[in-house]
Amino acid sequence: MKNEFKVIADLVEKNTRVLDVGCADGVLMEFLRDNKNIDIRGLEISKNKVQKCIEKGLTVIEGNAEFDLKQFPDKSFDYVVLSQTLQAFLNPELVINELLRVGKKAIVTIPNFGYWKVRLHLLLKGTMPVTETLPDQWYNTPNLHMCTIKDFVYFVRSRNFKIFKSLALNEKNTSLINNKNLEIKNLFSDLGIFLIEK
Amino acid sequence: MNKEINLKTLLVKKPLKLDCGKTINNFPIAYETYGTLNEKKDNAILVFHALTGDQFVAGLNPVTNKDGWWSYAVGPNKSIDTNKYFVICSNVIGGCLGSFGPSHKDPDTQKVFGTNFPVITINDMVNAQYNLIDHFGIDKLFSIVGGSMGGMQVLQFISNFPDKAKTVIPIACTSSHSAQNIAFNELGRQAIAADSNWNDGNYNTKNTIPNKGLAVARMAAHITYLSKKGLQEKFGRKLQEREDLKFGFDADFQIESYLRYQGSVFVDRFDANSYLYITRAMDYFDLAKQFNGNLSDAFKDTNAKFFVISFTSDWLYPTQENKDIVIALNAIGADVGFVEIESDKGHDSFLLDVPEFLNALKNFLDKSYATV
Repeated sequence: MKNEFKVIADLVEKNTRVLDVGCADGVLMEFLRDNKNIDIRGLEISKNKVQKCIEKGLTVIEGNAEFDLKQFPDKSFDYVVLSQTLQAFLNPELVINELLRVGKKAIVTIPNFGYWKVRLHLLLKGTMPVTETLPDQWYNTPNLHMCTIKDFVYFVRSRNFKIFKSLALNEKNTSLINNKNLEIKNLFSDLGIFLIEK
Repeated sequence: MNKEINLKTLLVKKPLKLDCGKTINNFPIAYETYGTLNEKKDNAILVFHALTGDQFVAGLNPVTNKDGWWSYAVGPNKSIDTNKYFVICSNVIGGCLGSFGPSHKDPDTQKVFGTNFPVITINDMVNAQYNLIDHFGIDKLFSIVGGSMGGMQVLQFISNFPDKAKTVIPIACTSSHSAQNIAFNELGRQAIAADSNWNDGNYNTKNTIPNKGLAVARMAAHITYLSKKGLQEKFGRKLQEREDLKFGFDADFQIESYLRYQGSVFVDRFDANSYLYITRAMDYFDLAKQFNGNLSDAFKDTNAKFFVISFTSDWLYPTQENKDIVIALNAIGADVGFVEIESDKGHDSFLLDVPEFLNALKNFLDKSYATV
């Protein structure tokens, strides 16, 4: 399982109810179900990936987070997880609001566009950055709204959401993000992981 | 209809109060089983059939001498694996393959009921079938499964008996018959009524059967079970055993010939009055209405695990109507999964060889059996 999922799993308390939005083939769901006794549900847009989840005995709803989160009642999950998908929505702000309505807490991870490799790629090559985390070309990427760790922190603050934990991931290293090191983390982290609440 | 075949029947002695207000008792339910009920009696699956289905889910149907209606899904090693599960399916009341229906004699008058048979509902059907699980001494079914009208029965069953099934699989169905659904059913009923042989439902006394009306009803309904794309790909404008148009009203086109054939084989196995009764039951189905407009309330007492399945090209019970069931379940935090299967085979997809569907059904059942 990738490091990001391990970090997310550590943020989730045992014996809780979790919704994994964009759960893909259910790797994180399976881990949470089997290791933390989580009552876990998934929402996934790809029919193929939904089938993979059913093969694993996971409860998944085929659907699009932008339209289908509204069916869940307020605070019906302890956590709602959104892994590296926020940037692919037409309206990320609406999705964040929905996550925080449906979940008591939300765990959101974002690929950091402020990562030095991304910056360097654009600076030196003058073309849209392609990295391990962002492998697609500009013309076929599903990503519509890329942001940096700093952008996300500013956004969350501007909406007066509470940030319980901000973590930066760089390859195998995980570290805390705070006010003092925000610039540094924004430069040297590949991925940001945030535990937030409305 | 072949009456010589020995059908397995349960005679229900307990009175059943129908939604129409009448009470029936000492009525037969014809059923079939597949596989073996294990000692713990925890491997039973109750399958509900659709409008023109019957109790012969799998294997050879002794009436039609064709494969059972869900042979793709039910049988040894299939999605509903009869090596593993004990499958029960019964003919709905109002039907014409052994269960209490309009072709039976009224015990009071000794005359065939015809349209004097009480109007029945989906609720009546499942209440009648509940007697079967009592009969087998099953405390809790492992699963209840059905497509189309079978799916409606699934929803009604779990609403009526919330702790009697561990898993619930409504397929290609709706919680409430739409105006379009009712319209198509009415077309079928009027086709039957327009056949002078129907004789207000008393055709049994004259030994003339409204075959033409029933065939037209079936032809019209059959179109609704297929998709435009499916029809176009299979038939297009292909001509039926002729080089050119004949400038007449014979079946020039293959699609015409196909529909006529579907109509003609249907009348050999189905009773016109049953067609009226069962379509009426479907039209009356509105589960939300039973709960003052709140569909979620229909499921609020159950802990069952739901799996809702729809098909992309099903325009009779489209994905959105299936999703409405999912939404109602999510609103109360029920355990519900949902998948829309890609298929151009229309509403009939659930009866056909659609691997993604059959795999999903198998995986859901087998994984759930290991855990719930």
